[in-house]
Amino acid sequence: MSRPEHLAPPEIFYNENEAKKYTQNTRIMEIQEQMTARALELLLLSDDIPSLILDIGCGSGLSGSVLEENGHQWVGIDISTAMLDVAQDREVEGDLLLADMGQGCPFRAGAFDGAISISALQWLCNADKSHHKPVKRLYKFFSTLYACLSRSARAVLQFYPENGEQMELVTAQAMKAGFYGGIVVDYPNSTKAKKFFLVLMTGGNVPLPKGLDSERSSEGIDYSRRGKIKPQRGQSLKSVKSWIQDKKERRRKQGKNVRPDSKYTGRKRSGRF
Amino acid sequence: MKLLTHNMLTSKCIRGVNVGYPLSINASDVRVADVDFNPDFISRMIPKIDWPVLYNAVERLGHVEDLPKETPVNYESNEDFLKKAHHALLEVEIIHGELVCPESGRKFPINNGIPNMLLNEDEI
Repeated sequence: MSRPEHLAPPEIFYNENEAKKYTQNTRIMEIQEQMTARALELLLLSDDIPSLILDIGCGSGLSGSVLEENGHQWVGIDISTAMLDVAQDREVEGDLLLADMGQGCPFRAGAFDGAISISALQWLCNADKSHHKPVKRLYKFFSTLYACLSRSARAVLQFYPENGEQMELVTAQAMKAGFYGGIVVDYPNSTKAKKFFLVLMTGGNVPLPKGLDSERSSEGIDYSRRGKIKPQRGQSLKSVKSWIQDKKERRRKQGKNVRPDSKYTGRKRSGRF
Repeated sequence: MKLLTHNMLTSKCIRGVNVGYPLSINASDVRVADVDFNPDFISRMIPKIDWPVLYNAVERLGHVEDLPKETPVNYESNEDFLKKAHHALLEVEIIHGELVCPESGRKFPINNGIPNMLLNEDEI
């Protein structure tokens, strides 16, 4: 898949055409909403206390709508005027600012109870102008973000890292700015559903939350499973019950919708069917 | 732009500006919107708000409407006060105008309710 950040800078890539997709394409909307809901969950705010949240790269305000549903007030910043115009047309409750995250968050110290960002951070890793230096811009962003969060607040940033180095670069700059935390990976066994969340904490080093479906460490191959399935003679490999159950388990780990196991799983149909 | 955001906004991202707060407002179009009143949220926000800055901003826009100059004691249970604070923080919106940095005099235009905080290359 081509990466949009390789095509053009964000303020040019997200033009009227691209912005329109974010109100019409139900698939984009659904994914954005799911990711926001998960980010909100990782933010660990208490449900009954309404908070003030900063949304970095708020775009057309899809993520903001999820925050509103959960009773929070939000302020969004984005660099694309076309996207912000769409947000204004949708009459979102949050307040919008046209700003570049690489130039820093222009807020007073301790202003926000939390910050989220959905699919925006990867844009910072690119130098779109001759005077852009990704490392400096990342540091400026994280250090000003740290300043504008209240103590014990968290920031959860979902992003699409291009490779391992990029992930390391981003995390290193966040740590340098004073944050604790790291990357939480949801559905590590799936290519499509895999999502990276940079969870940053301001107060004290608390263990990172677990990614969804990551009870088994994904480092290395589990050798004990090797040669577990021995096909019986005369029967095809894939009709064996254990193989079917195994396959269902794998699909479940990828976060896919799989029917639950029952006594009929992997059983032959009767001849009457 | 709501005055809650104005209360949080600074221009300290400009090179050479240390505090950059509060930004002064020159508004040409101010509207009053209708926003649902949430007393819990407002009373949680009051300690974070720089009240004199909010009062001056409201005064400048001409929407004081007997907002007290100082926050009263026991504001959590004072619903009348919370309603006034809610009106000032969330319902008064600046649609067109500009924000001015108190130190450098740099102007940030507000168009269609969205302040443009983008800086030029030589200002970072």
